[in-house]
Amino acid sequence: MKLKTKIKIIGAIALFSVLSTGTLVAQVGKPFIHDPSTIMECEGKYYTFGTGGGGLISEDGWTWNGGAVRPGGGAAPDVIKIGDRFLIVYGATGGGLAGGHNGRILTMWNKTLDPKSPDFKYSEPVVVTSSDGMEDNDAIDPGLLLDPTDGRLWLSYGTYFGFIRLVELDPKTGKRVEGNKPLNIAIDCEATDLMYQDGWCYLLGTHGTCCDGPNSTYNIVVGRSRKVTGPYLDNMGRDMLKGGGKMVLAAGDRLIGPGHFGRIIVGDGVQKMSCHYEADLDRNGSSVLGIRSLLWKNGWPVAGDNFKEGTYEIESERRGYGLELAVDFVRMPGGMRFRRNNDEPVKPVPSQELADVIKTWPTGNIAVRIGDYMFRPHQKWTITAVPDAGGYLGGPYYKIVIAGTDRALAATADAEVITVPAFTGAAEQLWRIDQFTDGTYRIMPKVVPNSDEHLALVSSGDSTPTLGKYDANSDNSKWNFKAH
Amino acid sequence: MKIKRKALLPAVGLVISAALGLQAHSAASSAKINGRSASDTTISIAPYFTPATTKKKTPNAEGFIQRWLLLEPISKPTRTNVIFTDSYLRTAFTTAYFPNQFTVIPKDGDKVSVGEQELTWHALETPNFNVKLFRFAYGLRKPTYGVLFWAVTIVNSPREIKNVRMAVGSNSGSMWWLNGKEAVILSGDRRMVMDDCTSARLTLNKGQNIIRGAVINGPGMSDFCVRFLDENGQPLKDITISCK
Repeated sequence: MKLKTKIKIIGAIALFSVLSTGTLVAQVGKPFIHDPSTIMECEGKYYTFGTGGGGLISEDGWTWNGGAVRPGGGAAPDVIKIGDRFLIVYGATGGGLAGGHNGRILTMWNKTLDPKSPDFKYSEPVVVTSSDGMEDNDAIDPGLLLDPTDGRLWLSYGTYFGFIRLVELDPKTGKRVEGNKPLNIAIDCEATDLMYQDGWCYLLGTHGTCCDGPNSTYNIVVGRSRKVTGPYLDNMGRDMLKGGGKMVLAAGDRLIGPGHFGRIIVGDGVQKMSCHYEADLDRNGSSVLGIRSLLWKNGWPVAGDNFKEGTYEIESERRGYGLELAVDFVRMPGGMRFRRNNDEPVKPVPSQELADVIKTWPTGNIAVRIGDYMFRPHQKWTITAVPDAGGYLGGPYYKIVIAGTDRALAATADAEVITVPAFTGAAEQLWRIDQFTDGTYRIMPKVVPNSDEHLALVSSGDSTPTLGKYDANSDNSKWNFKAH
Repeated sequence: MKIKRKALLPAVGLVISAALGLQAHSAASSAKINGRSASDTTISIAPYFTPATTKKKTPNAEGFIQRWLLLEPISKPTRTNVIFTDSYLRTAFTTAYFPNQFTVIPKDGDKVSVGEQELTWHALETPNFNVKLFRFAYGLRKPTYGVLFWAVTIVNSPREIKNVRMAVGSNSGSMWWLNGKEAVILSGDRRMVMDDCTSARLTLNKGQNIIRGAVINGPGMSDFCVRFLDENGQPLKDITISCK
């Protein structure tokens, strides 16, 4: 079903004030790739490289198409930015099944990832580690980490044949450090990656079966260590050298077989992860790029859920009041019922409906505030993706309208929020929704009219919303979407 | 195991069947298995295994059992591990491939015939938490893919211990028995994860207890690990392990 048809149908459902169970909206364009590298930002565009060569480019992080260029063939590249240039690493082979575990991993540099740039030129690839076909390792699937605490560069690699290994590279040359010996750090996974967060090193691995379409059991697990050399333990204290691992992302939402983790830090308190899904059931069961929010729970990373279109309370994390129109509260019939006849039949009381109150609302712009949530019509917002309006890493732009109407939340030129009677698609009526690492949400207009600033919806008082610079450490900047 | 290149995928079936076809023959008739020649004299099961001694042996510090009688692999060619459903495994593991399969306590060097294969039991010890069956087969120049292994060991307990669980990890599917009764089955295409599956609560008899296991694999690194957990989830260590 086309996206536009989906949106029209959802709009029709919303008009009947039915709480939708939510429809998933996915990356657009042609995001077909296998074993994607960590996503890199370069001169305003996003890049990811995949198995076989080439890769995807996106101008906004939402629409992806082919066009990235990586020579050398082979499989499962990774990329990292060091200083003002990019180090690309890849495996010369795809791993052996019927024998043939001789692998080689190579690194090369480029000043830019944009194939159209005059500076686009890969250096000669250099082998940094290998496997001889008989030892307890198959050198494929490289992942890179530049340790922010000491500037050292590390490479993890390997697959199910034997061990996942760690070697050290020189961040100035991309070559193997003299005398460095490989260290076994895990078993029973592949497509590993390393990351650092708050005093811990994390080893991500992909477990389960790859490359089996909708029957791929591929899933992403993690262990952590205080030192990059391990041991990497999971939430049960079990070493990844004994098959340990805590789940980061498995199948769901008609997306099967996530694998090949990479992390992108989007801003303070906002992180995303990339992967591929072996089979997107809404796209011929093809292998596609996946981008999810990355949350942190008690020191463990976990993928956020895909945001689902639907009708929600937009609850402030500050006080827990709900975003609402600044209109008169309309009372429901009936008062307190207590100490009446307890034998009378129990019957449901209908909720207040839009038709009961809409005639009391002004017809032009209406201000917004935050108030006691009572699941009243002036507090329920339907959030749907806007087709062809573009997006950002991990999501499309959404319109946020009062459920059952076309009245849309909009940013104003004084950096406040208001609702306009009808959605027109203007940039200030388009909203970007990202999850913070703690699971709450950041809500940002695509544009604040007549301003260059990137502002977000914030609480300036318990009951007053406004637009301001977001602060990942303040509950003023945080919101929850509740379908209830 | 995985093949990354998309273009390789249609060819994989041909390559695997060719390789496994090679391994279905006896080792003597193939010039090369798994990239090494049959005449390479440096191949052995060391350092993964050493011959079992009769010295007293407990499980290791984490409770893993490291002394086993292992039968050289029965050849059971398969191109893929996706067939290892519960029903398939149950059939594979309840089929009798040789006499007294479910009751024998073999001795080091005992031989059995399975079809055209003559297979030997080996009494071994490993320094690892896991029993790397791939390295057992590779070191003896036996088939490593499309294989079914049998393993037996004896657990000696100073007293009756109730409410223990057998905790097993294996690559790929496996089934385990304690004192002749099925204890746990690991189904699907599994890989080595310690404490992956556990039995229901079992009782270890005072004296001898027999663990018997069968592990099956297609293309992959066959492997298993076994320990007992007490009713508090802690590894059992005051038992001894013997081959007779």
